[in-house]
Amino acid sequence: MATVARFEIGFTRFLDAEGEATQELPAFVLDPANLIPLYRAMQLTRAFDTKAIALQRTGKIGTFASALGQEAIGVGVAGAMRKEDVLVPSYRDHAAQFVRGVTMTESLLYWGGDESGSNFSVPREDFPICVPIGTQVCHAAGVAYAFKLRKEPRVATCFLGDGATSKGDFYEALNFAAVWRAPLVVVINNNQWAISVPREHQSATPTLAQKAIAAGIEGVQVDGNDVIAVHDAARKAIDKARAGGGPSLIEAISYRLGDHTTADDATRYRDPDVVQQQWANEPIRRLRNYLARIGAWDQEKEERLLKECTEQINAAVEAYLAIPPPATTAMFDHLYATLPATLQEQREAAQWFASRDGGGSHG
Amino acid sequence: MRISYREAMRQALHEALANDPRVFLMGEDVGRYGGTYAVSKGFYDEFGPERIRDTPLSELGFVGAGIGAALGGMRPIVEVMTVNFSLLALDQIVNSAALLRHMSGGQVSVPLVIRMATGAGRQLAAQHSHSLENWYAHIPGIRVLAPATIADARGMLGPALADPDPVVIFEHAQLYNMEDDLRDEPNEDWACDIEHAAIRRPGSQLSLITYGGSLPKALDAAAELARDGIDVEVVDLRVLRPLDTATIAESVSRTHRAVIVDEGWRSGSLAAEVMARIVERCFYDLDAPPLRVCSEEVPIPYAKHMEDAALPQAAKIVAAVREVLNV
Ligand SMILES: Cc1ncc(C[n+]2csc(CCOP(=O)(O)OP(=O)(O)O)c2C)c(N)n1
Ligand SMILES: [Mg+2]
Repeated sequence: MATVARFEIGFTRFLDAEGEATQELPAFVLDPANLIPLYRAMQLTRAFDTKAIALQRTGKIGTFASALGQEAIGVGVAGAMRKEDVLVPSYRDHAAQFVRGVTMTESLLYWGGDESGSNFSVPREDFPICVPIGTQVCHAAGVAYAFKLRKEPRVATCFLGDGATSKGDFYEALNFAAVWRAPLVVVINNNQWAISVPREHQSATPTLAQKAIAAGIEGVQVDGNDVIAVHDAARKAIDKARAGGGPSLIEAISYRLGDHTTADDATRYRDPDVVQQQWANEPIRRLRNYLARIGAWDQEKEERLLKECTEQINAAVEAYLAIPPPATTAMFDHLYATLPATLQEQREAAQWFASRDGGGSHG
Repeated sequence: MRISYREAMRQALHEALANDPRVFLMGEDVGRYGGTYAVSKGFYDEFGPERIRDTPLSELGFVGAGIGAALGGMRPIVEVMTVNFSLLALDQIVNSAALLRHMSGGQVSVPLVIRMATGAGRQLAAQHSHSLENWYAHIPGIRVLAPATIADARGMLGPALADPDPVVIFEHAQLYNMEDDLRDEPNEDWACDIEHAAIRRPGSQLSLITYGGSLPKALDAAAELARDGIDVEVVDLRVLRPLDTATIAESVSRTHRAVIVDEGWRSGSLAAEVMARIVERCFYDLDAPPLRVCSEEVPIPYAKHMEDAALPQAAKIVAAVREVLNV
């Protein structure tokens, strides 16, 4: 037998769990000014998550999916994107969305059931959050192909979960993006769980990154709790895609420290002690330790940052709560560019029903 | 014995798993989690991970595997989290499960049961709230059931498994917490008929025809109307394919009026099919044009005030009945 092909999957980490450099750091890290915005964005996301869960518990928003412990993935990748690139997110990607310029008020509107929250004021071409698992990878391949057709030097970046890599959509999207050499970067947030299904029941493959090999593209694994590793891998993949080198897959290994969503109670199916142990690997403490070690961070800066985050979040919440809930008839808005006449009658019926018991409220 | 719809379904599944080694359950989060709606709670420990199979996240894949296992002599019960995600498996259901008996010239049989939650009312937003029973009711080769009572939740699964052809069972997400008395029979044979519609409340002035999650709303509306002296009959379709035209026609030809309540979107709905059959069979018995109460034709909204307004509700049903009766 002759070997006709051979493959390997690399794993990259720059900072260990204590924030100690494990190898020579990439050039952009040498200026701490490049790292502090990443640190800030992770802290903001974590504080936002805490607030959003509290808002859900008090009925101010609906079901919410927190990114607790996985902040480095969205922040690291979105920080490597250019403004004109396009983000194709799933429901756990507000860390990336905030870096892209989606406001926290918009995010709250989305989770509060107001579709105007997906009408982003800043990243106008970023896609709305995708809930049907894995379907967004096909959209991402399509938008990347559109860039290629128009010869625009832009890249589509798509997020999905470890569970989503079991879906045909994911494989199919990688396959045609590869054949078309579309400028696409697909990032797997491997947080080890798909609701109650652990990673090892999801795929028998030792890595998820190797799923790229079947499509004939590069797949790499990074420590998803090391924002430097995520950012570095994303930059390389995005640069390559922009230069016409085709798509790549990045598996970022992390851990879902929280429940799947506010509708879940993970103690039903996983050991809280294991979760507790995973806190030792979380990304924020890791980067803070590194920054402190090189003298770029201290307690005072930390306190100032947390205070700023709190203020910014409180302002976003206030703005959200001040926006009146959508009128009942809003469900007919944006269904078509122009509402067909036949639906006008139903719109009136909904109006009649709503007028019986007054307007609604958030959540 | 007073039990919940969820518990009735759980007991039916338990009985099937305990009595027939060919039966196994698979789907997303059915194992340690106990099912998205907690219907298989405890089964993982009792029957083990091979018979209570957590699947990878791939609806098309595991529904297709269910078809293969059924062809291979097993009696799989496939749980799809919600009808919304069953669309990923639609090709397997329409082009394989429903067709293989016919296209094998009768050589093979697909004794597969697919269970899925359906419907809105729990603030889960558009992509988790569709009511697409009529899509399945459109497909020749499968049977479609919509248990809407505790007895049907307990009694439909057994006959569905015994059916040599594929059966799709719709469990409306708003029914799981409903409680009722289950008739206590000494022989504990809960099996019920999976052929006929049922009259849930006899009445004389109008036939209120519905199924699934809209049944409690129709019964509430009928009770409210009764307080005003309006006597309405409530017909529960139960079996959405093949539809029991005889029971519908018998009821409407007696009451001479009909309102159909259907959580599906109006255009091309099951309600439209029922109405067509009424017109075909009872045209000369009708005293007024029938009306429909359906979901508004919008993506089901997330916010509660909008979601309520988008769905059939007792108040809308009462208004439609009054309009048909002109009272
Ligand atoms: C097609 C489809 N099937 C099922 C679901 C229900 N569901 C929502 S989240 C989820 C698990 C997703 O796990 P993963 O891809 O690892 O992402 P994570 O939530 O861990 O970020 C499932 C099964 C869905 N939204 N879409
Ligand atoms: Mg996951």
